[in-house]
Amino acid sequence: MKLLLAAFAFLLGISNANAQTIKIGLVTALSGQSARAGEAITRGLTVAIEEINAKGGVLGRKLELVRRDDEATPAKGVIAARELVFREKVAVLFGGLDTPVSLAIVPIVNQEKVPFMGPWAAGTPITKNGANPNFVFRVSAVDEIVNRAMLQYAQKTFNAKNCGMILVNNPWGESNEKGLLAALGAKGMKPAGIEKFEGNDVDVVPQLTRLKNAGADCLFLVGNVGPSAQVVKSLDRMGWKPPIVSHWGPAGGRFTELAGPSAKDVHFVQTYSFFGKQTPVGQKVLKALMAKYPDIKSPGDVTPAVGVANAYDAMMLTAMAIQNAGSTDGAKIREGYYKIGQYQGLIKTYNKPFTPGNHDAVNENDYVWTQFIDNQILPVGMKK
Amino acid sequence: MLVTSALITGLALGSMYGLLALGFYITYAVSSTVNFAQGSSMMLGAVFAYTFAVTLGWPFLPAALLALALCALYGMLVELLAVRPFARRGSSAWLMATVALGIIADNTVLFTFGKEPRGFSLAWATGSVQIAGINVSHLQIAIPVVGLSLAAALHLFSRKTRPGKAMLAVVQNPDAARLMGINVPLAISIAYAASTLLAGAAGIMIAPLFNVHSDMGTLFGLKAFAVAILGGITSAWGVMLAGLIFGLTESLITALLGSAYTQILSFALVIVALALMPNGLFGRAEVKKV
Repeated sequence: MKLLLAAFAFLLGISNANAQTIKIGLVTALSGQSARAGEAITRGLTVAIEEINAKGGVLGRKLELVRRDDEATPAKGVIAARELVFREKVAVLFGGLDTPVSLAIVPIVNQEKVPFMGPWAAGTPITKNGANPNFVFRVSAVDEIVNRAMLQYAQKTFNAKNCGMILVNNPWGESNEKGLLAALGAKGMKPAGIEKFEGNDVDVVPQLTRLKNAGADCLFLVGNVGPSAQVVKSLDRMGWKPPIVSHWGPAGGRFTELAGPSAKDVHFVQTYSFFGKQTPVGQKVLKALMAKYPDIKSPGDVTPAVGVANAYDAMMLTAMAIQNAGSTDGAKIREGYYKIGQYQGLIKTYNKPFTPGNHDAVNENDYVWTQFIDNQILPVGMKK
Repeated sequence: MLVTSALITGLALGSMYGLLALGFYITYAVSSTVNFAQGSSMMLGAVFAYTFAVTLGWPFLPAALLALALCALYGMLVELLAVRPFARRGSSAWLMATVALGIIADNTVLFTFGKEPRGFSLAWATGSVQIAGINVSHLQIAIPVVGLSLAAALHLFSRKTRPGKAMLAVVQNPDAARLMGINVPLAISIAYAASTLLAGAAGIMIAPLFNVHSDMGTLFGLKAFAVAILGGITSAWGVMLAGLIFGLTESLITALLGSAYTQILSFALVIVALALMPNGLFGRAEVKKV
């Protein structure tokens, strides 16, 4: 009788476990200047999760997204991450747009052995954080690689020889300062000048005037959407129109509305565009997005596309890692990422995307250069 | 060119700091209390003006005037709810209550106006003229002109009008003013209305240069308080001048030494100035007769 009861209890336990969902945490900005970025990541994850769940989920369990707003603030991001790890017991935690927030979360996930997937924040030290074992992975651009690409693009497209840096004064700006100096140094070059500005600065004219006086023939811009808009408006007031090669900050919100007509002069890096000929995966995701979100009626409405695309691929790869792990144990999922073979994703066909020495699945060959035309992000030179 | 452009930037920003700080001066002079959430009043001016001018499509002038009227009303509400109940009992809790009301205002705007910052462009503000070889936008000229004009209007109001004189009487001796039939609570209420109106005007003017969002006034409010103390909170012109000095110092440091030093040096200079002149640059030591 005792044996029967034990067997019943065991089966009950299994059926409960099967009924339980696997929680996927997301800590990102859902309010403030980067709210659109958070919404894009949410949409990419949601479409991927619904696709996975429609096929029966992972390990026979459905996936469930649990979101928290970090308000683009490291302190709030840390509180949200702790809540998701300790109370919600998420199997994998996803990060958001802001490098400072992700950098603040990295020590927690490495200590608690919970895999952390970055679908946007590009700060180099997020994945290269020195921890062993390292639980942080990324399907997104990486500053040091983007910085090499920015220099290459400025030289090739604008024949730039003396670029100045205008960087937001935070860890993301610092990460890019190092990366850009290294990229310039590798080619025996120096910047015309390095200027920083605060996220809340109303006027960036003094900094830009210093760069202009130093003979800058192009600008490397690093800042989120609001601060980037302040730089563009300040340039307008000065009547100075240098080529602007930017990291992808402007993609995170209403850049054209905030920066005005000159928004189109900023060329910035992306990992994906829903414009042009799409792969079968691209067509499938676009169709799913249009079915799920009534405001998406054309590729231009998937904005910022980078957040949706990175999050979609990151979720698909994460599901494969959990499947490979055979459980929701963090350490096993970490090993599961290394066991991913080939996967035809949205951004590209991944082939062993993660190894113990490389936690970044996207590289410079996967970047697309884009600009805002009205409110849409288009590949540079493409007409609507 | 570097210095000229820094001076123009500094004048525009400085007059905004001055207007906000003037708000601190008015209420402090009349009631020895201030609205610590002056940054929120500034934000409300910009949000109201954006709502009327952009969302509802009204012409700019009526939109701005109604926004200012609502700001004044908000100021009276701040005084009624967050200052009067505490000041009457001799408690200093108004200090925290005004901060709390500001946080409530910020969050109410966050949920009603929206989470994303919005661009507030004005057609007349986008043009520019050449001054000393550099491009200066119309807005950069309009901001200090309007800022200084408002300060002058406040001066005339307090010296030439009956309510203004009544307020001055309250400043000098509230008890005597009360005995002379002056409605002291009303004078204080008007002071708060004027204070938030000035902050609202600063918000409306800065919005096209910046963008409109619920926490746009936080840093401005903080700097304006530093400016008010620096100017010696008991002198109207002192406060306005301190605003201009602070704005010019900030932009000159950025232009000449680089942006890395701006916050460190400008606030360090405030500390040095206050250490050398504890009553502020233009303030007078308070004399208590016993």
